[in-house]
Amino acid sequence: MTQPLNFSQETRVVQSPGHVETGVGVDELLSGNEKVRNQRKRAARRQREQRPKQGFFRTLVQVLGELLITCGVILLLFVVWELWWTNIEANSAQQAAVSEFSQDLQGPVTPAAPHAPADFGEPKVMGAPEAPSTVFGVVYIPRFGANYSRPLVEGVGTAQLDTLGLGRYDSSTMPGGVGNFAIAGHRQTHGAVLDAIHTLVPGDKIYAQTKDGYYTYVFRNNQIVLPTRADVLLPVPTQPDAKPTERFLTMTSCNPRFGAEERIIAYSVLESWQPASAGPPAAIAAQVAANQKG
Amino acid sequence: MYGWIFRNLPGPLWFRIITSVLFLVAAVLLLMQFVFPWLSQFNPLNDSTIGGGV
Repeated sequence: MTQPLNFSQETRVVQSPGHVETGVGVDELLSGNEKVRNQRKRAARRQREQRPKQGFFRTLVQVLGELLITCGVILLLFVVWELWWTNIEANSAQQAAVSEFSQDLQGPVTPAAPHAPADFGEPKVMGAPEAPSTVFGVVYIPRFGANYSRPLVEGVGTAQLDTLGLGRYDSSTMPGGVGNFAIAGHRQTHGAVLDAIHTLVPGDKIYAQTKDGYYTYVFRNNQIVLPTRADVLLPVPTQPDAKPTERFLTMTSCNPRFGAEERIIAYSVLESWQPASAGPPAAIAAQVAANQKG
Repeated sequence: MYGWIFRNLPGPLWFRIITSVLFLVAAVLLLMQFVFPWLSQFNPLNDSTIGGGV
């Protein structure tokens, strides 16, 4: 009497796990979501517990591999940061510095009449700023774009060049001074202020603006040297014993464009200057006005 | 490793996905704000000055 009953119970027991594993039956769906979810969770847990135990070596290799992949991704991210994000950051910082400097300036922003006297005598040379990172001027280079204007800052440390653009070597003279006014800027990254330095053509104008006025330099030539050639910064570049009579502007940057094995040096000579009261040179008047507006 | 972390995060699946995305974003921000600027000083490709410590 009991045997057939037992047998039938056993058949039900055998059937039922198969039933659960094939998924969700109509009756379960009808009986509500809660039950189905619980069943799925249980099935997932069972599957997890059935995962074969990994050996120590296998786990070690897996973790090591994932760490190495992570390192690779981080390095890629660093390249993206260096070549792309630093430019965005530095451009906005430099834009802000230029506007802040320009808004403090007095003086007309319209160029002088074409027949006004062009000779203002000896250029006025301002004293060197006392603290590094002081923004004391703006450089305009129309060859690099009509609205190219970058702050001129004291010092060539990473703190200055990485955020504020063109740094002045504090061993050099100030704009307009007899001797060598030497500045450095990044070729790539951090604003890439001198990226196009190799496109300068002899005769191109480089304008430096300080609170005293505008100094117009004319590009003469460039030179590619090794990073140790500090003599390009001498009062007469590369001539240690010469007594300076001319007013040079020397710009230094990395060379080649995505490397630093060499330096590219661009030499220019002062052509003219005009005080702030005379207004900016016509070629940069629009940009000076735009900067002053903020 | 990451699989183990993901399995051991608390909460249901959607919550664990959100948590992992947050962790990822936090890691990237941390790298961009602090680690990379510091690392950048050791990058020799950046040096545009001449004569070393002038």
